[in-house]
Order: sequence, then structure tokens, then C-alpha cells
Amino acid sequence: MNADSVTFIFLNAAIVNNFVLAMFLGICPFLGVSAKRETAWSMGLAVIFVMLVSSISAYGINWILQTLNIEYLRLICYIAVIASAVQLVEMTLKKFSPALFRALGIFLPLITTNCAILGVALFQTSREYNFVQSVSFSLGAGVGFTIALMLMAGLRQQLELAKVPSISQGAAMTLMLAGLLSLAFMGFAGLGASHG
Amino acid sequence: MAALPDKHETVTLDTFLRGLWQENPVFVMLLGMCPTLAVTNSAINALAMGLASTFVLVMSNSLVSMMRNFIPKQVRIATYIIIIATFVTMVDYAIQAISLDLYNALGAFIQLIVVNCMILGRAEAYASKQRLGATIINGLGIGAGFTFALLCLGVVREVLGAGTLFGFVLFGENFQPWVIMILPPGGFFVLGAWLLIFNWFRDRREQAERDLAEVQNER
Repeated sequence: MNADSVTFIFLNAAIVNNFVLAMFLGICPFLGVSAKRETAWSMGLAVIFVMLVSSISAYGINWILQTLNIEYLRLICYIAVIASAVQLVEMTLKKFSPALFRALGIFLPLITTNCAILGVALFQTSREYNFVQSVSFSLGAGVGFTIALMLMAGLRQQLELAKVPSISQGAAMTLMLAGLLSLAFMGFAGLGASHG
Repeated sequence: MAALPDKHETVTLDTFLRGLWQENPVFVMLLGMCPTLAVTNSAINALAMGLASTFVLVMSNSLVSMMRNFIPKQVRIATYIIIIATFVTMVDYAIQAISLDLYNALGAFIQLIVVNCMILGRAEAYASKQRLGATIINGLGIGAGFTFALLCLGVVREVLGAGTLFGFVLFGENFQPWVIMILPPGGFFVLGAWLLIFNWFRDRREQAERDLAEVQNER
């Protein structure tokens, strides 16, 4: 498959180089919000949406910065855009779908400090993706994040019924599970090209 | 998290030491997980990441502390993030100038220091309420604790996964490296193992305290 094709970029970001399990982006929500399947699902959807919005805005901003030749402001601009995008999503949801807004609760503002979002913006810049590639990359990253989160939530709900030693309860057990999931995802490694 | 003082804290040795052990950002508070796992595949990367994060933490928190009376409550988070991003940009260009190899090894994770929740968390929970002196000492302590935790992971992963330490070969030619340790799953496993060790120590200490209380009650 051509490494620049849209499908390849999507699958590469979603499965082969999964953002959470292979590139360690967005670990905080991955460990924090993966206790229940329902919250994991809403978190995943919110992240996909914010990723898409910030990826599109980041593409525009990068173009402006390059035209003006002030690329050193990139990081500051990106983070400001992501913070405003999250704010925008929050206000829109509050106005049009209060039920979903209540369900997401505290997770919405926390998306600002999700490094997967900033990661998408930075990677698409450093890999010089065009507009369509950027969109498919951000969608793939969001879907990959949701897949990882849902898998983890399912495992952790099963784990509640199991008996584990007291010292391995909580974060230690979650990290071991994540390690096993990550091992499983390494099986996909041969399928794609690693961009690093 | 231990109870944070509402009033201005007087600087003691504890202000610094708390960050190293009781409030260790990685092992106790589970903050800043992404860089912790991503760049600790060798000890030198871990050290560089720890020092860079410490610099950003101390500088940005000092600035937040100095400006704490001017920043309006409503836009404080955005202000903190902009301040942090400024210092991260400085570190990013500095590392690029000092060592290009290191810059390439750390990749995007230097820029991702911006979204390290440890730094924003300290700005919100500590620097926005405390005086400059206490903020600097506490920031240095938290930064040292973060660097220490990163080194704990980096050393174990490099020794097991590559058979080297800071680039020096440790074992003979017959050593078969445990490659999985420097790949992503190794990061999760080693951090999980360290947490197990920490929990075991904490359980033992609590058990000892309970036993002591029981003995005293019987008297």
C-alpha cells in the first residue's frame, strides 16, 4: 500500500501505531477514565471530535505562520487553539445537547491537557501532511484512542470480579493490563511503516 | 495528595523533600504519565527529559507565583498554559542547539511537556497560592522527584533491554538483551512493577503502625 494514501494513514494511526498503546500519548485519560464502558465511550467520542476540530485549525494556523515566517510561535498557537476548541465544544454541547454535556461532565475541560490532541497537531506538521491526509490522520488517531479505551474498560470491568492481591489493586494492575494490551498490538507492527 | 496549606507556607526542608517521596508526582500522584512511559527507554533520555521538565516546572511556576495577584480567576488556566508553552519553546530550541542527537531521540515529547499535567497541576494547586521562595523550593523538589522516577524506569529498561547503562556495555558478549523492555510494553510493565514495590512498602508500614497501636492499647 502507498504510504501516503489516506486509508493507510488512517489505519496506521488507529491500529498499527496506536496512539495510546504504541506511542504513549493520552495515557492520563486512558488510566483515569477507563473504569466504565459508558464513560469510556463518551470520552472517546469527545476526543475524536476535538481532535478533528483542532487538527483542521492547526492546519490553517501552520499555513498562516509559515506565510508570516514566525514558526517559533507554533506551540503557543496550537495550545491556545486546542483550549479554545475545547471551550467551543463545551458551549455548543451545553446549548444543543444538555444530556450529553452532563454525561461528559469533568472530562470535557480535561481534554485540553490530553497530549494525544497536541500530538496529532504536532505530528501532522512534522510529517508535512496535506489537508486530506491531516483529517484522516486525526480521525484515525481518535478512533485508535477510542478502541484502546474501550478494550481497557471492558477488561477492567471483568477484573472487578476477580480476586487480586491487595498490593496490586488499582494503578499497578491497570498498568500490567495495559502492558499486555500493548504486547498484543505489537502483533500489528509488521503491517505498517514506522514514522517515529 | 496531602493536605495543601491554605496560607503561605514557611519554607522548611520538608517543602523540598515532600516532592521527592511523599508527593512523588509519578509513583504517588500518577501525574505526567506520557513522558514517563515514552522516553524512558534509555537512562540518558530519562535524565534529559527529567531535567527539561524540572526547568519548565520551576520557571513557569515562579512566574505564576509572581503574577498570582494579577491573573483574573476566569482565565487562569489559559494564562498558565501560555506561560508554560513559552518556557517549553525555549527548552525546545535550547536542546536542539545543544545536542541534535538527544533532540531526535526525544522527538515530539519535548514539545509535549506543555500538556504534562504535573506542571499545570502544580501551578493550579501550589504556585497560584504561595510565595515565590516556597514555590521555587517546592518546584525543585517535585522536579527532582520526577527526574528520580524517570531514572528508576530508564535504568531498569536500559539494563534489561539493551544490556547497557548510560551507553556503557555492562555484560559480556553472551548477554541476550530482553528487547521487549525497551519497546512500549516494557514501559507499562516496569512502571507497574515499581508501583507494586511502592505499594508493598506502604502496606508494610501501615501494618507496622497498626501493630504498634495494638500493643500500646493492651498496656
